[in-house]
Formats: sequence, structure tokens, C-alpha cells
Amino acid sequence: MTDYLAARRSADSLELALKGEWRALRLKEIGAELSALDLSGVRTLVIATPDLALLDLSSAWRLREFIAAAERGGTAVSFRGAQPEQLQVLDEALSRDSVKAPGEAHTHESFIEPVTELGHYVVSAARDARSGLAFLGRVAVVMLAAAGSVRRLRPIAIARHVYDTGVTAIPIVALIAFLISVIIAFLSAQQLQRFGAEIFVVDLVTIGVLRELGVLLTAIIVAGRSGSAFAAEIGTMCLNEEVDALYATGVDPYELLVVPRILGLMIALPLLTVIADAIGLAGGALLCRFLLDIPLTQYLNRVSESIGAWTFWIGVMKAPIFAILIALAGTYRGLQVSGSSRELGRLTTIAVVQSIFIIILADALFAVLFMEINI
Amino acid sequence: MPQSGRVILEVRGLVNHFGAQVVHDGLDMQVYAEDVFGIVGGSGAGKSVLLRSILGLEHPQSGTVSIGGRDLARLNYAQLRTVKADYGVTFQAGALYSALTVLQNVQFPMIEHLQLPAQALDELAMLKIRLVGLPADAAAKYPAQLSGGMVKRAALARALALDPQLLFLDEPTSGLDPIGAAAFDDLLHELHRQLRLTVVMITHDLDSIFRNCNRVGVIVDRRMEVDTLARIVDHPNPWIQAYFHGERARAREEGYGA
Repeated sequence: MTDYLAARRSADSLELALKGEWRALRLKEIGAELSALDLSGVRTLVIATPDLALLDLSSAWRLREFIAAAERGGTAVSFRGAQPEQLQVLDEALSRDSVKAPGEAHTHESFIEPVTELGHYVVSAARDARSGLAFLGRVAVVMLAAAGSVRRLRPIAIARHVYDTGVTAIPIVALIAFLISVIIAFLSAQQLQRFGAEIFVVDLVTIGVLRELGVLLTAIIVAGRSGSAFAAEIGTMCLNEEVDALYATGVDPYELLVVPRILGLMIALPLLTVIADAIGLAGGALLCRFLLDIPLTQYLNRVSESIGAWTFWIGVMKAPIFAILIALAGTYRGLQVSGSSRELGRLTTIAVVQSIFIIILADALFAVLFMEINI
Repeated sequence: MPQSGRVILEVRGLVNHFGAQVVHDGLDMQVYAEDVFGIVGGSGAGKSVLLRSILGLEHPQSGTVSIGGRDLARLNYAQLRTVKADYGVTFQAGALYSALTVLQNVQFPMIEHLQLPAQALDELAMLKIRLVGLPADAAAKYPAQLSGGMVKRAALARALALDPQLLFLDEPTSGLDPIGAAAFDDLLHELHRQLRLTVVMITHDLDSIFRNCNRVGVIVDRRMEVDTLARIVDHPNPWIQAYFHGERARAREEGYGA
């Protein structure tokens, strides 16, 4: 009936023959059999070990617990056959000093906890802001210093980043630009048709895509693609001590890792924006042709009428600014990684979330600015 | 050292090649219960590939690996899982989970394979941490906060989490200072004696081999020469001669520049 124990009871003594293989993997069953034993009224407990094929440390620990509990209950424990030497190993290991798993230190009083939390938050936010500022300053200094020579600007690295962040992003950027212009056209067509003003759909698509949505959506996609890649790449290098190796070689990691990414993205993002604008207008043309029966020539005429002197440039001008923000957030968070893989994930997430947030904030500020100067 | 004659691990006719580069060509090895088996070979001789093939991380072109008499290639997922719970592995760089503390690292295999209450998990994990000679306060530390020697010990504690009968160690003393390496050898010796483990270790460390190993397998010419330590040192193969009787080995025999 039992696999690991055979109990023989007489008056006030219990003989317990251990049998089979006592292994860690069977600890649950062994524990169940041991706790099923009724020790009440047992004065002497004899543990017999001749049939015991194997006793590993974990199950010996369970046996030791059982013996300790029995002795606390006033039962005398003895062994028939050899006392398993694993018990001695345990005694040695456990007696070295107190064996307690160190718990988390929770000494806060509960009512001041929110206050301390708030304090911690403010202090860490202030530190974060200060180190962010320091990062910005350092990047600016390194960039100015590097601007003196072409070699230190690392054109090959910049070209690689233009390819990685720009060229490989073309398909997804084009697809999103196409879909977004279709959405605007569709949405506005539904509303404007009621007034017979379908032709203004073209104005909406043109101005919406060129001025705001082309650059904004492109920047958000690039933040998701490349901001995260920057943080993860540099973060992994930090974990592998590659960044330390760069310092030790006398190469400034900012010059090698940060500046080329910023410059590369500053080149790639405006170009992507132009592509997004073109595809967006093409998408609008397609929808107007097939949904609203506006012929292509009329569409093009309307587009050139609705475009102001600045409409296109306002969109494209924002792109390098967004590029700087994305690259700064990604590289900054990447360089902060230390210690563990979880930290890498956390900081990569922060990099993406913050860069998207900053982009949208900056876009809002631009909107106010351009309204104020009337363009 | 005792040798019960029961084969724990057997590799037969192992062939590994990557493109044109042949790493193993018909490699055989046998490890008996309670052996401490040292795997030796030059850099690039295929020691790590051999270990990875045994662990199932590499799929050899041909050959069989059996542990406890069971051919690993013929086992299903559940059977393989029980076999894996039966051996412990330490990797060269420790491979501790960086997001977990040492205590959580040691508990991880237990949580996966055993169903135990939290208190028992804590105590058993602390027991393993003590057993490998780590101080109690190391338990709450993260791998990045540990020294090289402590990482090796923590990795060993994790490998011992499920009380395996078979232990694979990949260069357990590499990167340690001679004193730290000697302490690790002593620890291994003691654990082997106390727990009657079978140990398979890759090592370059002659001191470690002479301290712990009773049998040694040397990978030469894509095969393995296996013998007891006492006999392998007299093997006529020039690489083995150079390895055991070269400059550094002589220094060891003479007691380091005595």
C-alpha cells in the first residue's frame, strides 16, 4: 500500500522500515506517507534502513524534519541498521550557521508608506531628469567634437544605420501611409457627401497627410522599430561588458554608439517621411477615383491648389527633430542597462514608450508654434 | 575510487560535423556510476560540442547517447523531462538567470519539477546554497552582484537542486584564481564523497583532474581515448604526452618552480 514506508506498530513503539528509492522527485509522495503516520502514543520510534535503496539530500531533509517533529512530540528515535550518512551531511551543512532564507526587509510603517513612496518617486524622477540632461550635454559635446573630422563621424556606421532604420522600414511605412490616407478619405467622404462637398476630401487628405499624419505615423513606427532596437542593442552590449571594453580601448562609446545612430536616423526619417507623403497622396487618389469618381487630373489640380507654400515642408521639417528624440531616448535607455535581462526589457520598453510620448508632445508644440506664426 | 561497474552514460559512434569541418568521427565514451570523468582536449577539439550533444542541445549526424541505459533519441517529451530532472548541469559562464536572485535560481528547478510548499522550497534551496559553501547573504543577491567564484558555486547549487545522480560541469574552475580553483576542487571532492555523484567534467585544469578525476577521456583526432587517470598519462599519443608531461605539467609535478 505504501511505496516508501512499512510501519509495524506494537503497544507504544513503532518500527518504520524505509524502502525503495527516496528521491527529490518523489518528495511529495514521501511527504504524504510520512505525514499520514499517526505518532500519538508512540514512545519509541525505530527507523530501519536496510531496505532503503537510495536516499538523496532533499528526501533526507524531509526525514530529518519528520524525526525532529517526532522528538518534539516526546518520542525517542533510534535507528536499526546504519544511520544514513546523508543525515550527517545535512547536520554539517545546516549547523554552519543559521539557515534562514533572507526575506525582503519590510520595516516600513504602513501609514507613512505612501509618503515614502512619493518621496522615492520624486527623488528618482529628479535623478532621472538630471542624468538625462547630463546625457544630452555629453552627446552634444561629443557630436561637436566629432564634427571636426569625417573619420570620427564614422560615415560607415551612419550608412549602416540609415539602411537599418530607413531602407528596411520602407515597406511598413508605405503600407501604413496608404492605409491612413484611405481612412481619412473614407471618413471625410462620408461626412462631406452630405453637403455635396466631396472635393474637399482631397484637401483633407493632402493637408492631413503632408502636414501631420505622414511624419507622425512614420516617426511612431520608427520609434517602435528602431528606438527599441537601439535600446536592446546597446543594452546587450552593456550586459556583455562590450561598452566597458570600448572605454578601456580609449574609444568613447558615445562617439561610436550614440552619435552615428542619431545622425543615421536624422537622415533616414525625413526620407521615410517623403515616401510616406507620396504613398499617402497616391492612396487618396485611388480612393477618390473609385469611391468618389473624382478623376486623377482633377485630384492633382485640387492637390496643388490646396498645398500652401509650407504644407509639405512643415511635415518634413519635423522629421529630423523627431529622429533626434527617438535616437536619444533609445540610446540613453540602452546605456542605462546593467545587471540583468529583465532590466534590458524594462529599459527597452521605457525607451519606446517615452519616445512615442515625446514625439506626440513635440508635434502638439509644433502645431501651436505654427499656428502662432501663421503658416 | 570506487567503481561499481554500472554504466550511467554511454556515447556510441558519435559523428558531428559542421559543413566540411568534422568535429567528431565515431566517438565512444562510457561513464560508470560514481566516476569522476574528465573530458580533456585541445581548444576546438570538440569538448563543448560533445557535452552539448549529450545534453541534446546539438543534434549529431549519427551516434547514440544513452543515460541510465535509455537512448535519449528514442524518448518522448515526458520521458526526456524525467531524465533531465535526473542530471544537473553547470555551464561555463554560469548561465544563472540574471533576473532571479541566487535563491530563486536554485529554487527554479524545484518549482518546475517538485510540488512543495514555499517554506520547504526556501529551506531546501538554502540547504543547497550552504552545501556549496556560499554564505547565507549570497542567497538574496542577483548574479550580477556575485564574484566569479561565487557564480560557479551558485551554478553548482542550482545544478544540485534536484539531487541529481549525474552532474555535468563545463570548465568548473576556469576563470578562478588558483586558490579559488583549489577550493572548488575540494568542494567537488567532498560532494562526490558525500552524495556519491557521478560527475562528467570538461576541464583544462591539470590540478583539477589530478584532484578529482578517476577516469579521463581525451579527445584526439576526432575520437576519444578513455582510460583511468593512472594509465592515460602513459598513453603514447603525442598530444596526450604533451598535455600530461609538457612544460606546465612538469611545473605542477615539481611543485611550481620548486
